[in-house]
Amino acid sequence: MSMTITEKILAAHAGVDQVEPGQLINVKVDLALGNDITAPVAIREFEKTGVETVWDRDRVVLVPDHFVPNKDIKSAEQALLIRQFARKHNLTHYYEVGRMGIEHCLLPEQGLVGPGDLVIGADSHTCTYGGLGAFSTGVGSTDLAAAMATGETWLKVPESIKFVYYGDLPRWVGGKDLILYTIGRIGVDGALYMAMEFTGPAIEKLSMDGRFTMANMAIEAGAKNGIVPPDETTRRYVEGRAKRPYKFYQSDPDARYARVYEFDVSKLEPQVAFPHLPENARPVSEAADITIDQVVIGSCTNGRLEDLREAASVLKGHKVHPNVRLIIIPGTQEIYRQILKEGLVELFIEAGAAVSTPTCGPCLGGYMGILAKGERALATTNRNFVGRMGHPESEVYLAGPAVAAASAVLGRIAAPWEVAS
Amino acid sequence: MKYRGKAWKFGNDVDTDAIIPARYLNTSDPRELAGHCMEDADPEFVQKVRPGDIIVAGKNFGCGSSREHAPISIKEAGVSCVIARSFARIFYRNAFNIGLPIFESPEAAEAIQEGDEVAVDPERGVIKNLTRNEEYKATRVPEFMQQIIDAGGLINYVSNKLKSTRR
Repeated sequence: MSMTITEKILAAHAGVDQVEPGQLINVKVDLALGNDITAPVAIREFEKTGVETVWDRDRVVLVPDHFVPNKDIKSAEQALLIRQFARKHNLTHYYEVGRMGIEHCLLPEQGLVGPGDLVIGADSHTCTYGGLGAFSTGVGSTDLAAAMATGETWLKVPESIKFVYYGDLPRWVGGKDLILYTIGRIGVDGALYMAMEFTGPAIEKLSMDGRFTMANMAIEAGAKNGIVPPDETTRRYVEGRAKRPYKFYQSDPDARYARVYEFDVSKLEPQVAFPHLPENARPVSEAADITIDQVVIGSCTNGRLEDLREAASVLKGHKVHPNVRLIIIPGTQEIYRQILKEGLVELFIEAGAAVSTPTCGPCLGGYMGILAKGERALATTNRNFVGRMGHPESEVYLAGPAVAAASAVLGRIAAPWEVAS
Repeated sequence: MKYRGKAWKFGNDVDTDAIIPARYLNTSDPRELAGHCMEDADPEFVQKVRPGDIIVAGKNFGCGSSREHAPISIKEAGVSCVIARSFARIFYRNAFNIGLPIFESPEAAEAIQEGDEVAVDPERGVIKNLTRNEEYKATRVPEFMQQIIDAGGLINYVSNKLKSTRR
């Protein structure tokens, strides 16, 4: 019987020929991931199992990235706890400050995840790796603990929704705009418990970075996973990078979908999601006269090389507006090194931006750019919930890096073409 | 009736940042987390809630982050169970894994008003509104998830399984 790409990956990891939506299965995981917020709870639970060593020291990955470099004493203690655990279990993939990155930028870059993998992570944006044609999903700390002990987890096979994007993407429109537009169409629970499969000519032309951005925000529509069929673009990305063998899966032509959406994106404008839900997406031209206090360019959604190049192409030759703080956070040390080499760090500093070491920091209101009461930010991050970046009476607007850079220059939410030629 | 208390009502899409803001995630101590439960949705919630009380919410409760700190803070605040029209999937898993009882019931989420006295019989999947003398059905829990509950959470379930395979 025919299956979707998601169903095929799940079946392969459950050791069966066939799975169907709704079925509960036990699967082997290729990788289990935790960070400095979720791993401390997972470690506590892991220690209750009585298991002495983790199931595979090469496949339990710990990345302190949320509140590191340590923002306060309590955060330092949490980071210490996972550092000690990593040493005790001799984990191959523990990433210390100076070598680390935002987990979902770092793992694909380092070749730790590949097409056809099944990955769980105690972080909701673990769904990012779907950009590579992997099945990956966010779980809680206790699920991570169980996987650290056994190398397995249970999953309910999700129904799939197929999204087909037609047309050539206009200039300044990228993965972030596609996913914000999509969430705007279906709502923050529009894909609840389901798989979002992103396909069509516009996706085939989309870069890996753009694909990661789309899969990253599948959770913002309530989805279990987002996935892009792997192709030549995927192959070029993983070749020479993947640390384990990988496998390309494709949906059968007659695979079954709960729903199919077809979007013509040839005239799509850059999107902006208004407070306080990612589903409040509107074309940037409808965001007139909204002044801002802060712009953040970074995060697991848009902290990759292509994002920073896009921002730089808008910022070039301009200054950040006097009333705006522009904070730019490269996703990994490798990305940092590359933007340094390309002269982008100098360009950013010349424009009046602050450039930070990799951290999730402001995205979740941790540190490195917290908003005061009444302040407003535009960010390339993934959530604009009440209080997400600071005070419960502050506001976050979401957009892609081009809109973010243009807005930083003009001091209000702005389209890229208002600044760049 | 296993769970009984006063209903506290919340709307749709209550996210994990509202349940436990990230500014408190530099600790995983359940008591500390409980002290900030629902803070950005209702700053006085922690003062008002009494042991056994029940949270009743609309669709997509617990959307957003995977932080298990969210169900932990609700459980430690003394809330006996959560009833919602629907739950976000990671929150749903986390609640079962840590032993916070949750019930999906569009009917109950609609009809129950703030302050109503509510009781839940999990075995029968019945929610009773004692104030309005009404009864609602909750969606049946899949058998496998019931096994996790019966074991006292996922870690016990896994530990038991590991012990039996070693024997």
